[in-house]
Amino acid sequence: MSSIPIFADENWRLPSRGRVAMFSLIIGESAIFTIFVVAYIYYIGRSTYGPTPQILDVPWFNTVCLLSSSISILFAERAIERGRMRSFGAWWALTMLLGIVFLAGTTVEWKRLIYTDGLSIRTNLFGTTFYSLVGLHATHVVVGLLMLSLVMIFTLLGRVEQRHAERIQVLSLYWHFVDAVWVVVFTVVYMVGR
Amino acid sequence: MADQTFPIPGTPDVGLSRGAAVLEWLHSWVVTVDHKKLGILYVVYAIFFMLVAGAEAMAIRIQLAIPHNHFLSPELYNEFFTMHGTTMVFLVGMTFIFGFGNYLVPLMIGARDMAFPRLNAFSFWMTAFGGLLLYYSFIGGFGLYGMGSAPDVTWWAYAPLTERAFSPGHNTDYWALALIVTGFGTLGAAINTLATVFSMRCRGMTLFRMPLFVWLMTVTSGLTLITITPLTAAQVMLTIDRYLGGHFFDTQAGGSATVWMHFFWIFGHPEVYVLILPAFGIASEVIPVFSRKAIFGYPAMVAASIGIAFVSLSVWAHHMFTIGMTSVSNAFFALSTMMVGIPTGIKIFNWIATMWGGKIRFATPMLFCTAFLFQFLCAGLTGIMLAVAPWNWQLHNSYFVIAHFHYTLTGSFVFCMFAGIYYWYPKVTGRMLSETLGKWHFWLFFIGFHMTFDTMHFVGILGMPRSIYTYEPDRGWNTLNMIISVGGLIQAIAVLILAWNLIDSFLHGSAAGNDPWDAWTLEWSTPSPPPPYNFATDPVVRSRRPLWDIKHPNDPDWKYER
Repeated sequence: MSSIPIFADENWRLPSRGRVAMFSLIIGESAIFTIFVVAYIYYIGRSTYGPTPQILDVPWFNTVCLLSSSISILFAERAIERGRMRSFGAWWALTMLLGIVFLAGTTVEWKRLIYTDGLSIRTNLFGTTFYSLVGLHATHVVVGLLMLSLVMIFTLLGRVEQRHAERIQVLSLYWHFVDAVWVVVFTVVYMVGR
Repeated sequence: MADQTFPIPGTPDVGLSRGAAVLEWLHSWVVTVDHKKLGILYVVYAIFFMLVAGAEAMAIRIQLAIPHNHFLSPELYNEFFTMHGTTMVFLVGMTFIFGFGNYLVPLMIGARDMAFPRLNAFSFWMTAFGGLLLYYSFIGGFGLYGMGSAPDVTWWAYAPLTERAFSPGHNTDYWALALIVTGFGTLGAAINTLATVFSMRCRGMTLFRMPLFVWLMTVTSGLTLITITPLTAAQVMLTIDRYLGGHFFDTQAGGSATVWMHFFWIFGHPEVYVLILPAFGIASEVIPVFSRKAIFGYPAMVAASIGIAFVSLSVWAHHMFTIGMTSVSNAFFALSTMMVGIPTGIKIFNWIATMWGGKIRFATPMLFCTAFLFQFLCAGLTGIMLAVAPWNWQLHNSYFVIAHFHYTLTGSFVFCMFAGIYYWYPKVTGRMLSETLGKWHFWLFFIGFHMTFDTMHFVGILGMPRSIYTYEPDRGWNTLNMIISVGGLIQAIAVLILAWNLIDSFLHGSAAGNDPWDAWTLEWSTPSPPPPYNFATDPVVRSRRPLWDIKHPNDPDWKYER
């Protein structure tokens, strides 16, 4: 510690509280997802009756949409950092669109599962674990979209400026997390568990 | 945004009538985002629920004082021990630590407020409403006609008892939903504490100059992030089972009751470290000040705290030795549990080394901390006994286990909380707590504690299982149970003395001044009680004991500290 100059710390800098808080939230959320993923893996093949994971189709299109939304939001972050507000708005809108397409894809998938394959959350253990894990992720997408649309509204009203770049980046962290979790959920549910 | 706080209406307008002034005062507490007021709210809330859960414990002890007693009905007995445990852990323990943390962390690191004042208020009110929801269960449902619909599935709520088929009605729902709500409050408080510690420190307050209490709150908040969330997840699963017809813990459909045990104790065991670490923090502040020596082995203390947090994540299944795990799991969890003894041992030695050769002053806070040291040592030793799997097979779910964890939670956690109350009360209110009443409180509580919980070890070894409604008179437990109950009564009297002391000293206590204990951390440099803005000028820190540097300009710490 003695190597730290004591009063020369004119540049006393601390990490941004927004980032620290968002990282903390992400750690906490990861623990929630871990529990659901562990439950899913543990219960694979333990259903005593009813449909099995073989009825699932791999949602490639959905996955591509959601993962590319992580890239588009990255462009939006860069745009606002450089003050290009129109470009920011465009990338932000694209991100939202990709998120909505993902949710729509999930809706179509669930509708088929419920009405064609007769799998609901109470059908059997597979239904319970599948809908709760994928549903937990979808809930996070919905929350993310709500926050993205708040930013979108303020962007359209012209209230978002370059000085808000920091906050936008903190919010984007959450969106990146939601995408990263999808990689885990996708692997577990559609690759390993099927 | 952090700078936007409501001005505190301490002096209402002259024109205001008395009633309006009271309303204004109440309103200021409801809308406050000030970390000090929220800290006080947290602690008052904790003390209130400590009295409530203590009353439940007294009812349990009256029921068990003599064999074949019918003081409580069996149903009410189940509800009382469930509510006692749930309340003490979630509404007393968690609120105590975040109350102290809220009040002290910003003051100790020289900050204006927490990082997110409004999140702070939100967290408190979530916790508060969660507690109200839990207690509403007593009058909810058909409560007013009978025994109420309070949770009655024990505080660890093992499946499949909690499933719809075995627990109809809403008892279990109150338990799960109330704890999900308080869980979100706790998560918010933990995030806020971490953001405050990492982003709000005053100039010169490097991480290794932070007071140990702040360090321990940081470790505890980090641990909370990954501890309280698995419980929330498990309770969401339980709610899905109960309301949507899911099968997570439904053994007939392939679900597993063991999975609930794992999920619950993945939360449950780190949780006790979440509680005890801030208690260590309080001991690490009180012991040096009353020994007139700087804390011994500061870096080792920090490292040991982080070590405890890590080890605590891999010990949960020592609650489950009797369910029949593989011998590899038994060995792993026995060994990992014993490893907790290493960092905690480091801490105990460091506290003793701090006292060694010091000029010890046994004021009430120091009395509580000294008792804590020895009781925590005993708690640790019975903990290591219980970690030995074969020993555990004999004594699992007996009163020996109850004695062990009450030694940690009452003998260690509550003793440190009491020490913290006596130590910081002058700062919070500007008045000293009465030392005479404090000594009465300490000695009565100390004697009552040992009567109750020392004796519980013996009835445990004699085979008395926990959670039983009553027992046969020919088991040889009669005298011991009577002693336990009398000890409980003495503790209750001691706590009432504390409650009286808190109120009486607030009205008639002698003025405290800024720094009654001649302490060294930043909070004592502010007036008592501190103004809403905390520090008139932003403090600059050059060592771990900034006030020592100011008081002894010729012999400052930063000359020696490395």
